[in-house]
Amino acid sequence: MSIILDHVNHIYEAGTAMEFAALKDINLVIPDGQFIGLIGHTGSGKSTLVQHLNGLLAPTSGNIYYNGADIHDSDYNKKELRSKVGLVFQYPEHQLFEIDVFTDVCFGPKNLGLDKKETELRAYAALKQVGLEDEYFYQSPFDLSGGQKRRVAIAGVLAMKPEVLILDEPTAGLDPKGRDEILDQIAKLREETGMTVILVSHSMEDVAKYVDRIIVMNRGQIMFDNEPREVFRHYKELEQVGLAAPQVTYIMQSLRANGMNVDTDITTIEEAKTEILKALKG
Amino acid sequence: MGIVKTKNLVFEYIRRDEEGNVEGITRAVDEVNLDIKQGDFVAILGHNGSGKSTLAKHINAILYPTEGTVWVDGKDTSKDENLWDVRQEAGMVFQNPDNQIIGQVVEEDVGFGPENLGVPTKEIWERVKESLKAVGMYEFRKHSPNKLSGGQKQRVSIAGVIAMHPKCIVLDEPTAMLDPNGRKEVIRAVRALNDVEGITIILITHYMEEIIHANKVFVMDKGKIAMEGTPREIFSQVERLKSLRLDVPQVTLLAHELRKSGLAIPEGILTCEELVKALGLKQ
Amino acid sequence: MLRDITLGQYYQTDSVIHRLDPRVKLVTTVCYIISLFIVDNFIGYIIAGLFLALVIKLSRVPIKFMVRGMKSIAFLLIIAVTFNLFLTPGEVLVSFWKLQITKEGVRFASFMAIRLVFLIMGSSVMTLTTTPNNLTDGIEKLLGPLKLLRVPVHEIAMMMSIALRFIPILLEETDKIMKAQIARGADFESGNLIKKAKSLVPLLVPLFISAFRRANDLAMAMEARCYRGGEHRTKMKPLIYKKRDGAAYGIVVCYLVLCVAVGRILL
Repeated sequence: MSIILDHVNHIYEAGTAMEFAALKDINLVIPDGQFIGLIGHTGSGKSTLVQHLNGLLAPTSGNIYYNGADIHDSDYNKKELRSKVGLVFQYPEHQLFEIDVFTDVCFGPKNLGLDKKETELRAYAALKQVGLEDEYFYQSPFDLSGGQKRRVAIAGVLAMKPEVLILDEPTAGLDPKGRDEILDQIAKLREETGMTVILVSHSMEDVAKYVDRIIVMNRGQIMFDNEPREVFRHYKELEQVGLAAPQVTYIMQSLRANGMNVDTDITTIEEAKTEILKALKG
Repeated sequence: MGIVKTKNLVFEYIRRDEEGNVEGITRAVDEVNLDIKQGDFVAILGHNGSGKSTLAKHINAILYPTEGTVWVDGKDTSKDENLWDVRQEAGMVFQNPDNQIIGQVVEEDVGFGPENLGVPTKEIWERVKESLKAVGMYEFRKHSPNKLSGGQKQRVSIAGVIAMHPKCIVLDEPTAMLDPNGRKEVIRAVRALNDVEGITIILITHYMEEIIHANKVFVMDKGKIAMEGTPREIFSQVERLKSLRLDVPQVTLLAHELRKSGLAIPEGILTCEELVKALGLKQ
Repeated sequence: MLRDITLGQYYQTDSVIHRLDPRVKLVTTVCYIISLFIVDNFIGYIIAGLFLALVIKLSRVPIKFMVRGMKSIAFLLIIAVTFNLFLTPGEVLVSFWKLQITKEGVRFASFMAIRLVFLIMGSSVMTLTTTPNNLTDGIEKLLGPLKLLRVPVHEIAMMMSIALRFIPILLEETDKIMKAQIARGADFESGNLIKKAKSLVPLLVPLFISAFRRANDLAMAMEARCYRGGEHRTKMKPLIYKKRDGAAYGIVVCYLVLCVAVGRILL
C-alpha cells in the first residue's frame, strides 16, 4: 500500500517556445501512514507534483503506481483513485457551491455512487472529523467564517474516505490561531485514522512541528527528502534557494556560536527550551 | 493634528435575512481613536474578523463612519467635497494582487491613478518612472501583470498608489496571499518608502514578523483597539496576544517560555542577538 | 499555464504598420472590407491582393501567422465555396449525377473564396499589429462623437479593456475549480446533454461567486485610485496623429478610388 513515482517528468507546453519542465526525473516512495511536509517556493513544482498523485495531471514520461497498479493504465479506475487519494486545493472554500454545508460535503460521496444513507453518514462523520459543530450543518457555506469554510472544504474530501490526504497550503490566508487550529485538527485526524497526510506548505515553522518527513522541491527536482532535523541541518543550502529553516534552528546555531553547549538539530520551541535549560544546568 | 486621526469612530452594518428584514446590527468598528503622525510606520494587527479591514477602508473614504469622525490631513472624510483629496492623499493597497491591477501592461496600470487625477501626460510618465523605480519594478514596466509573481504584482500595486503622490499609504493585508519570498519583497519595498520618501505607512497584517519595524502597533479585537504600543511592548504580552488569536515570533516565544521556567530574561525579546545577550553569552 | 495565452494574437515586432495610430488601422480595415464588396472583377481583386500583400510585407509579421487565422474559417470557406459552386444557375460547364457546375458558379465561388480569405487576412493584419489595449483606445477615440448622443463610449472601452485583463485570470480559475471538483469525483464529460449541463453547476457556482468577488474588489480598488469615469481624465498614452498616419489615410483614399474606378466604372 503506497504511492510510487518512477522517473516522472512533466513538461508544460512541450514543443513550443514556452516549454517548461515542471518536474524533472522525480523518484519517490510514499509508504502508508506517513505525515509528509512538501516544501518549496512558488514555481518549484510542488503543486504539479501533487496533481500527479491523484491522476489530475499525467506525466510526460515516467510512471506512477498506487498500491502496485500503474494509474495511467487504460483500464485503471481514475475515479476510484481520486477517492483514495484526496486532494484539497489551496483556498478550498472557493469551491463550495451547495445550498448548505451538509449537502456540499455530500457531493464527494454521492459522486462515488454511494446510496443516500451511506453518503449522509460519511458526510456527518467527515464534518465531525474537522471539528465543525452541528449548528452549522444547515447554514449556507457562504455565510461561514474563513476558517469554518476551509473545514467544510476539507470535510468534502474526507467524506470520500481517502487513504491519502493531500492538503495544498491549508493555512493560506488564515490568522495565526486559525492556522494552528487547522494544523492541530489535521494532526489529530491523522492520529485517529492513521491515513497518509501530505502537507504542501511554504512555511518550515508550520511543518516542522508536525511532520515526520520533509520533501524539499526546487526547480522541479527533489532537493532534500529526509526527517526534519536532517533537512534543517542544510539551512544554508535552503537559504540559497530562497527557503529557510525555522527561526528556532537559527537561534540554536547562534547560541552555539556564542559558546553555549547546545544541540543545533532542533526544530521546535519545546525542544529548544528543554535543550537550553539542560545546557544551563549542566 | 496628525495625518490620520479618528475620533470615536463607529461603523455598523445591518445584517438582513433573505427577505430583506433586519436580523441584527453588527458593530465592526467600535469607538476607535487613532492619531497617526506624518512619517510614522504604524502596524494594525488583529485576527480575521477583528474589524481591521473595515477600519482601513475608512481612511480612504471607501466607507464612512456610522458615528464619529475620520480626518485625513485635517479633512473630514465624510464630506463630499473632500472625497477626491482624501483618496489621493491616503492611497490604499488591497489583499488580492489580481483584483486591483487594472492595466494590461505594468506601466499603464501605474499610470491609472495619475490619469484619474488629470495629471498632464508628460508628468504621468515621470511619475510612473519614479514610482516603479521606488519599488524596484522599473525593468518590468512593459510586462503583462499576469506574468508576474504575487510579490511583484503587489509592488506594482504599491507603485500605482505612489504615482498619485499620497502622504499616507494604507496596506490592507498586502502579504496574506503571498509566499514567504513575496512577503519579504513587499515589506522591504514598504519600509523603503517609509525610510526614504517619508511616506506614512499603515500596515494591516497578521504576520508578526512584519511589524517588528513599526513605530507603533495597534491590536484590534471585536472592533476595538485592544492593545497599543511599540512592537516590544506588544510582544511582551505573549499570553494576551495568544488570547487575541495572534502569536509572536519564535524567538520571542522561546524567551517567554524560558522566562516562565525561571530564567532571568526580560519580556519582549525581538531578535536572536537580544536572546543571546539576555542569556549572558558573549557577543 | 493558461495565463500565458495572449488574446487578440498580437505579434510583437517593430514596423511601420505597428507604429501607425490604431484609428488608422481600424478605419483602413473597415475601408478594405468595403472595397472587397465593391469590386467584382478579377482586376479589382488583383489590386486588393497587391494592397494586402504590401501591407503584410510592411508589417513584418511572418505570413504563417496570417495563415493560422485561416484555419478557423476553413470550414466556413469550404461550405461557402461548395454552395456557390453547385447552386448557382447559369451556363453549365460540367454535370454529373444530380449536380452541375456552371460558369457563373465558378466565378461566384472563386470570388467568394477570395473575398473571405482577404477579409480574414486583412483583419488579422490589424489584430496582429495592434495590442488589444491600443485597439480599445482607438475604438474609444473613433466612437468619441457618439458621446454627444449619450453613448457611454469611455465606459464601454473601459469594460473591454478590463475584460481583456480578466479573461486569462478567469480561465485559469475555471481550470482550478474544475480540477478541484474532479478531485471530489465530479465528472464533466460523460452522460447526456442534461446530465452534462447539470454537472456544470459545481463549476459555475464557484466561478460566478469568484467573478463577482473580483468585480467587487476591482471596483473598490478603482475607486480608491480616484476613478470617476471619463470626465477630468488625462491619458498616459494619448492618441495623436503623426505624419505617417496622414500619409496612410492618403494611401487608403487612393486605394478606395482605384477600387471604385476599376470595379464599377471601367468595367
